[in-house]
Amino acid sequence: MLEVTDLNARYGRAQILNGVSLSLGENEVVALLGRNGAGKSTTIKSIMGLVQQTEGHVTYDGQEILGKPSHVICRTGLGYVPEDRRVFGDLTVEENLEVGRRAPRPDAPEWTLDHLYELFPNLRERRRNLGKQLSGGEQQMLSIARTLMGNPKLVLLDEPSEGIAPVIVEQMAQVIAELKREGLSVLLSEQNLHFARAVSDRAYIIEKGAMRYEGSFADLDAKPEVSNAYLAV
Amino acid sequence: MGFYFAQLLTGLANASSLFLIASGLSIIFGVTRIVNFAHGSFYMVGAYLTYTLVTMWSGSVLGFWGGVILAAAAVGLLGLVIELTILRRIYKAPELFQLVATFGVVLIVQDVTLAIWGAEDLLGPRAPGLDRAVRIMGEPIPEYDLALIAIGPAVLLAIWLLFHRTRWGVLVRAATQDREMVGALGVNQAWLFSAAFVLGAFLAGLGGALQIPREAVSLQMDLSIIGEAFVVVVIGGMGSVSGAFVAAVLISVLNAFAILVFPQISIVLPFVVMAVVLIVRPYGLFGKPGSEHGAPEEPDQPLTLMSQRSAMVLATAVALLALSPAVAADFTMILLVDVMVATLFAVSLHFMMGIGGMVSFGHAAYFGVGAYGAAMAVKFFDFGMLPAMVFGPVCAATAAIFFGWFCVRLSGVYLAMLTLAAAQILWGVTFQWQDFTGGDDGILGVWPAKWASSDQVYFYVAFVLCIGGIWFLRRAAHSPFGYTLRGIRDSQTRAEAIGINTNLHQWMGFALAGGFAGLAGVVFAFSKGSVFPDSLGIAQSIDGLIMVLLGGIHALAGPIFGAVAFVMIEDWVTRLDYWRFIFGAIILIVVLLAPDGIAGGVRRLLRAVKGGAA
Ligand SMILES: Nc1ncnc2c1ncn2[C@@H]1O[C@H](COP(=O)(O)OP(=O)(O)OP(=O)(O)O)[C@@H](O)[C@H]1O
Ligand SMILES: [Mg+2]
Repeated sequence: MLEVTDLNARYGRAQILNGVSLSLGENEVVALLGRNGAGKSTTIKSIMGLVQQTEGHVTYDGQEILGKPSHVICRTGLGYVPEDRRVFGDLTVEENLEVGRRAPRPDAPEWTLDHLYELFPNLRERRRNLGKQLSGGEQQMLSIARTLMGNPKLVLLDEPSEGIAPVIVEQMAQVIAELKREGLSVLLSEQNLHFARAVSDRAYIIEKGAMRYEGSFADLDAKPEVSNAYLAV
Repeated sequence: MGFYFAQLLTGLANASSLFLIASGLSIIFGVTRIVNFAHGSFYMVGAYLTYTLVTMWSGSVLGFWGGVILAAAAVGLLGLVIELTILRRIYKAPELFQLVATFGVVLIVQDVTLAIWGAEDLLGPRAPGLDRAVRIMGEPIPEYDLALIAIGPAVLLAIWLLFHRTRWGVLVRAATQDREMVGALGVNQAWLFSAAFVLGAFLAGLGGALQIPREAVSLQMDLSIIGEAFVVVVIGGMGSVSGAFVAAVLISVLNAFAILVFPQISIVLPFVVMAVVLIVRPYGLFGKPGSEHGAPEEPDQPLTLMSQRSAMVLATAVALLALSPAVAADFTMILLVDVMVATLFAVSLHFMMGIGGMVSFGHAAYFGVGAYGAAMAVKFFDFGMLPAMVFGPVCAATAAIFFGWFCVRLSGVYLAMLTLAAAQILWGVTFQWQDFTGGDDGILGVWPAKWASSDQVYFYVAFVLCIGGIWFLRRAAHSPFGYTLRGIRDSQTRAEAIGINTNLHQWMGFALAGGFAGLAGVVFAFSKGSVFPDSLGIAQSIDGLIMVLLGGIHALAGPIFGAVAFVMIEDWVTRLDYWRFIFGAIILIVVLLAPDGIAGGVRRLLRAVKGGAA
């Protein structure tokens, strides 16, 4: 349902992505692996329309979305969870969720506040607190919950396990499993191979802005030279 | 005791008016990041419209308050039109473009207002039912002031409710923090921006409308309020409405008491307070840096060096210029001196902005200090022309060293605002310090030395100084110092990482640019024989910005072409009626159609024509 072909992206004069291609099927969880600075976030931002200089093709359900403004891309059914969470610090948890709220879509599950609070019980307790008062893990949950309020069909999840406590990483894994159960697709950017393996169906590896590997985790395990070359294991 | 209380109440009533206009400005800035110079125009139009409506429905309470609200709503609508037709196209442009574009709007609105309401000041009716004074602690207090004191907090409360109890308000607050993220969550920023702009314009219009019973409506209302409104916004923290309220009260109450001790202080006081606050809290009392995400990506263009052809054109022009006294008439000589002064001024501003990456909204400060330095040296120390011509730039450089020390610690809009504050402080001092500067009357009799008194000879003096100054700044731009400055401009962090003292370099760049602006001021002073506070005013600073923008900021030769074009256009346009309208329209056309300056616009036009022909 998401098809990226020959994507190039640049910031200023620096070329960051060189012909990245990937695809994501209905109800699939796919990991995008790579080291620091490999281009994972840039790939995800380009798909979401947040990089100003891009070339190539990104189609969603057969429609070209590259070059569209990000709010239009969001409304086609893509949800974006940024790597640095970007919670609105001066808004309460509930107000943060309000910003993400959108009308339900016929083709995607509908998320209510209650349902999200079940998935993230901490947020219910802290719903009157300001975003900036939350811990890193809670902010990550809030960021995901905020995106889910838009009832997306596909979620772009940028490094959800980065810089949070192991217990919460565990919780993240369950959340991703829940998303898949609900019928969503997830493109997950990760450096943590164990976490990615636990939640994803298959993997891509990106390095220096180009795709180096595509396949199952079993195949990847059979080729230690690949993970040694492109991942920090 | 009663007297001081009355003074406090006057201060609070002033605070309410100031808060209304500043809150709108702050909301607009918070959401759109646009520094809206046209905000004062909304305020003025609000006052004029109210004047018309209230005199039409004179006498009734409903007529008065109905007129006020209707006028404010009409100004909101005007804001919508301006947002849709102009601002929407420049949200991603650098601050300079936005500032100049909104200044174009100021000019257009001024002439339209002049055409509709005429040049005479208009005295509106008092508010029915509130037209007397009550005695409080023995002092007479206008009832209308008491009403204003109530209206300020009421509007604050209304905005608070709007921002905390409606979805729209929550979106606005979110966008103030990170508008790109709000977009990625599916919110169409364009409409959010329009709505914020309409609200801001409405509040400015309301502020103007409520002034009707207090002051005469005049064509000066726009620029006289905008400086103070900026100050309030910056002190409170850009984007913070409650900050604007606190700052408005602070400024107005301080002012109400300070004038008892030192009556001349009121012009400078707000700017002094702002400078102090910015130095202690760079983002204002309640402000935050705001997200860098989705900030306009400075098109990482290298500075275009002069092509061989344009270098030859320039060299020819300079040679022709050198020969011109042989053929040209005297008034042409004078115009040519103006052109050279403007060019040196623009080149020094471009050095600061294009090379140094420091946006200045107050470059006139150094131009004016140079001019006044020389004039005062002649007047009070009996300096000859040449010593005075050294003394002026030294004064300007000293002022630039002083203010630069504070300024280089900030960046972006905050830097721009502090440079504006610096210029306004100097302007206020010059304006108020009658005994020394002559105040509004300026300093007269600053004529060149006898040997240089003919137009021809003075032309060559100006030629040597201006062309020499321009040449020197060019060389500086190409020196290792210039490369370092550009490195800092492109990435402060990277420059720091390789061990460059960025503040020190920017400070030196600031001082150098200030010194040469001062040289331009000196040449100007002797060519006119007098100096006036205008030479440090906002309009002079903006002229410089327009020149840089006309020429294209990314071209090394830009300010030269820009200044020449500017003086020519100005010389021609100011002879016409409604020249402000024409000038404003030219500015808007350049900003909207040729953001890379006239040269870039012409180049693209030629390419399009050729493409069409082929
Ligand atoms: N806004 C930007 N401007 C300039 N360069 C950028 C910008 N954002 C990222 N880069 C550069 O692009 C490259 C790829 O960055 P990206 O954030 O996509 O990497 P990543 O794979 O997500 O890494 P990480 O694991 O650290 O998040 C890096 O070299 C980075 O320095
Ligand atoms: Mg990343």
